[in-house]
Amino acid sequence: MPTFQVAPMSTKARQYAALTFAAFSLVGHAVVAANELYEARCGGCHSVAQDRVGPRHSGLANRLAGSVKEFGYSQALLNAGTKDGLRWSAVTLERWLTNPEALVPGQAMGYSLANPQERKVIIDYLLSLP
Amino acid sequence: MLIQATRRHFMGHSATGVLSIAAVGLLSGVATGAQAQSMDASKDVAILNVALGLEHEAINAYQLGAGSNLLQKGALDVALLFQSHHKAHRDALIATIEKMGGKPVMEKSLADYAKALGADGLKSQTDVLMLAAKLELGAANAYLGVIPAFKDAKLAQIAGRLASDETMHWTALRGALAQALPVGALSFGA
Repeated sequence: MPTFQVAPMSTKARQYAALTFAAFSLVGHAVVAANELYEARCGGCHSVAQDRVGPRHSGLANRLAGSVKEFGYSQALLNAGTKDGLRWSAVTLERWLTNPEALVPGQAMGYSLANPQERKVIIDYLLSLP
Repeated sequence: MLIQATRRHFMGHSATGVLSIAAVGLLSGVATGAQAQSMDASKDVAILNVALGLEHEAINAYQLGAGSNLLQKGALDVALLFQSHHKAHRDALIATIEKMGGKPVMEKSLADYAKALGADGLKSQTDVLMLAAKLELGAANAYLGVIPAFKDAKLAQIAGRLASDETMHWTALRGALAQALPVGALSFGA
């Protein structure tokens, strides 16, 4: 029977965990920091400060959809912001992350986050970004 | 002692190509069927183009790492191996997007990727490997997260295969960094 050992958490990691405990949320059976969950789920395409495959997330709260100047959005998301007035809030982000195509048909993201607990943690984190 | 063994393997392994021809062939076969349903195909192309953007970024991230002079021989060899996987993913995605009538998203300049990824903050091999691990984890989750959106189930399967490659990269990088494995099951995609 093979056995698997998990490396112990480093001292630095333990200190980090203690200092940032307030930012942690319960997700399933694991306690995960909101910023770590954001990196894991959104970090393939997005970052807080820089445009990558997706636009930057700094200042997202109440931002008009498709309004980061330098980013190349789909026409659908541009229209959702400029014509329909879609702004990012807890309500609209919940709908977006549940099914982006249902909220904005023709959008380019395609990615959805099925776990409602994770959506809540990530939406709270996104809306907290300055 | 899985982690230690993985780390030794990472540091000592040399590059061998794995995926490219088979993946291109499989994706090309998928494209022909998808062309018949243009609306669905258009949506699938949009998702594939996001994936292509990810692959462009990953290739350039490994290029930045390889050119940083921060990687030791073993780590450099594996970084180049993983970069070759991402190049195979890129080529397969471009071939599929074009066969489906789409226009593949263009690669940006290396300087653009360096700025977006904060490459000027890379000061050690550990920094490079941690950046790579972060990107691989994000890519694995991104591929898993778009699977429900594909109209063509075969493309969804391909997304699963791409996610598996990224997960393999992430696991090896975590081993090289002597970082812990996930405690809970089903930690990818949610």
